[in-house]
Amino acid sequence: MRSKVLKIDLSNYSYEIEDRRDLFEKWIGGTGVALQLLKEEMDKDADPLSEDNVIVFATGPFTPAYPFASKTVAMFKSPLTGNLGESHAGGRTATSIANAGYGAIVIKGKSEKPIYVVINEDEVHFRDGRVIWGISDSLITGRIIAEKEGGRGLRTIMRIGGAGERLVRYACVTTETYRHFGRLGLGAVFGSKQLKALVIIGRRRYKPVDSKGYREIYKEIYDKAVSSDVMSKYHLLGTAENVLPLNEIGGLPTMNLKTSRFENADEISGESLAEFNLGRRIACNHCPTACIHIAVLKEPYEDEPYFMKTKMISYDYELIYALGSMIGIKSREDLLKIIHKVETYGLDAMSTGVSLAWATEALERGLLSERDTIVPLKFSYAEGYLRAIDFIVEQPNDFYRALAQGVRVASSIYGGEEFALQFCGNEMPGYHTGYGAHLGYLTGLRHSHLDSAGYSIDQKVKDYTPETLVDSLVKEESWRQILSSLVVCFFSRGIYTPDIVSRAFKPLGVEITEEELKAKGEEIYKEKLRLKKELGFKEEHMRLPERVFETETLRGMLKKEFFEQAISYYLNKYFRERTE
Amino acid sequence: MRKKLVIKDIERCVGCGLCMYACSRKNAKKPEIGVGSSGILPMSLSGFERGAAIIVCRACEDPPCAQVCPTGALKPRKGGGVIYRENLCIGCGNCIESCTIGAIFERDDGKIAVCVHCGYCVKFCPHGVLSYEEVES
Repeated sequence: MRSKVLKIDLSNYSYEIEDRRDLFEKWIGGTGVALQLLKEEMDKDADPLSEDNVIVFATGPFTPAYPFASKTVAMFKSPLTGNLGESHAGGRTATSIANAGYGAIVIKGKSEKPIYVVINEDEVHFRDGRVIWGISDSLITGRIIAEKEGGRGLRTIMRIGGAGERLVRYACVTTETYRHFGRLGLGAVFGSKQLKALVIIGRRRYKPVDSKGYREIYKEIYDKAVSSDVMSKYHLLGTAENVLPLNEIGGLPTMNLKTSRFENADEISGESLAEFNLGRRIACNHCPTACIHIAVLKEPYEDEPYFMKTKMISYDYELIYALGSMIGIKSREDLLKIIHKVETYGLDAMSTGVSLAWATEALERGLLSERDTIVPLKFSYAEGYLRAIDFIVEQPNDFYRALAQGVRVASSIYGGEEFALQFCGNEMPGYHTGYGAHLGYLTGLRHSHLDSAGYSIDQKVKDYTPETLVDSLVKEESWRQILSSLVVCFFSRGIYTPDIVSRAFKPLGVEITEEELKAKGEEIYKEKLRLKKELGFKEEHMRLPERVFETETLRGMLKKEFFEQAISYYLNKYFRERTE
Repeated sequence: MRKKLVIKDIERCVGCGLCMYACSRKNAKKPEIGVGSSGILPMSLSGFERGAAIIVCRACEDPPCAQVCPTGALKPRKGGGVIYRENLCIGCGNCIESCTIGAIFERDDGKIAVCVHCGYCVKFCPHGVLSYEEVES
């Protein structure tokens, strides 16, 4: 197990390495350990964009011992919500951190001038970043660093684009070109520290305690992954598979959630993308599934015949929702162009799409004028959105300066809060399936659909009451604390059952029962909730935008009474009790 | 019949790297976690969307690495490539220099990692990139 923690201070270009076996033994790894390190290092009152904010990256005991342990947890104070920020990414980040010999990395302080940092096992190099600062395309930044630094095949290159540099509150950190610490604004925190990129290279190794047992359980996990159908959804069409079923049941947020069905869903579906645009599939490191779907977009130059550019663009369900149906984009070509632009700037796709959708409706209703938006914003009008994305990054006027802070801030200034689709400051994910989805966004500790998968409960559980629904959400979220402490990809949750997790721990020298795991999940949940409260999270923040009640879901029109009952039950049983 | 590892179709490579981890686990008595002992290295052509390259021993019939090994740690293997006797390796690095395609890697203990064509990684290549095939005589 990797238990070393590398702490880097950008204010004085120094670093130290500590062995924190205590933390990894008690809190497993990933989210469990990151939370404790954040508590130790951070000033709770810190401005998220000041040098007092702290970033923690953590991997877990299964990295890189087992397949699917390909995720890294990042924890920080979010500049988007002002509260706890937690974001997960794949690529090669997790395995590079572990192969460099670390369980976690802490980054604090702020560099005087732009830099990027290279961690090569025990060495940390602070590189002058002035020349690459200002390159707004995160893909180009990645390629420049890839050429200059060593460790091909054994490294991660995490970087920001223009959005992070210009402190867009929902800027992401991109890793390995197509994976992201997407949500809650880690990119802006990088930008505020003048940290353009973080490269980690490693080729370390260690031995399991039980050789035979290790190889056996590895084989069991691998066989399940490749020969059962538990991963096939991600493997074939990828997450884009969700578009058509969600549209059919009326759960696909469309045109700022004015409706939950999109008449052009077929055109931008996973099936159509796979048939007409899919160019390649790739994988995160140490994952056999290869769920990353890359589309090919060929575009002719207008000034010269037979002169083409070919772009490779990664797509997923959430991008198709946020930059497709949510802003009414009808053609795949337009969709891919918008996704590509968001990708190059290093913006969070969901927050960007929801922000544009809100701005479009606000303009329709006369809350904004074209003086504010500079370009006409109309549902399905891609040209307008492509320019508006430039403006979110460049922030040429007061309106775009507000929009770059997310829809909560923008709607508090310009109005239209009732159709600003944000939950506790985080823009809405792509599921309008029923009470489960929306309660999940509210109660989820990251306000993410992946916290407790309420959208899945909406689709799978026939009858639920406010109480049974809340119990299911919290139970799922508690177990997911374990998955994100190991850290395994949530997509492999069907493989990593409590039984497998418990058995996979054994050859690594850790004895832990299924019951102990579940109890630990609850404990981590509780710790996180407590920290959120200390950071200022209050009951009254749990409000739903009016629009949620105006558009039909799979469960029909949603009733306020159900939510009131559910939230009050949640507050009494979990929120108040667990944080006392 | 002798067998060797071949890259059957590089275009199928998704960059998962499972072959590297398999290589580190190949020794049943002392499997390792990580990639430090891996004799195979998949890498992207500046992003896997542009394609992949896999750096691994090609099973030379007349391996230069064995010729420059001063201690006999590397000896030509029947069917191509080399046999590696780790206990004889002094970590001089001559073999690393001699391999035209860079398929010999330095470990953190100064010794080397090289593919010995055991075929174990092929069992964990989920997308049919690698194959373990009989060597034509």
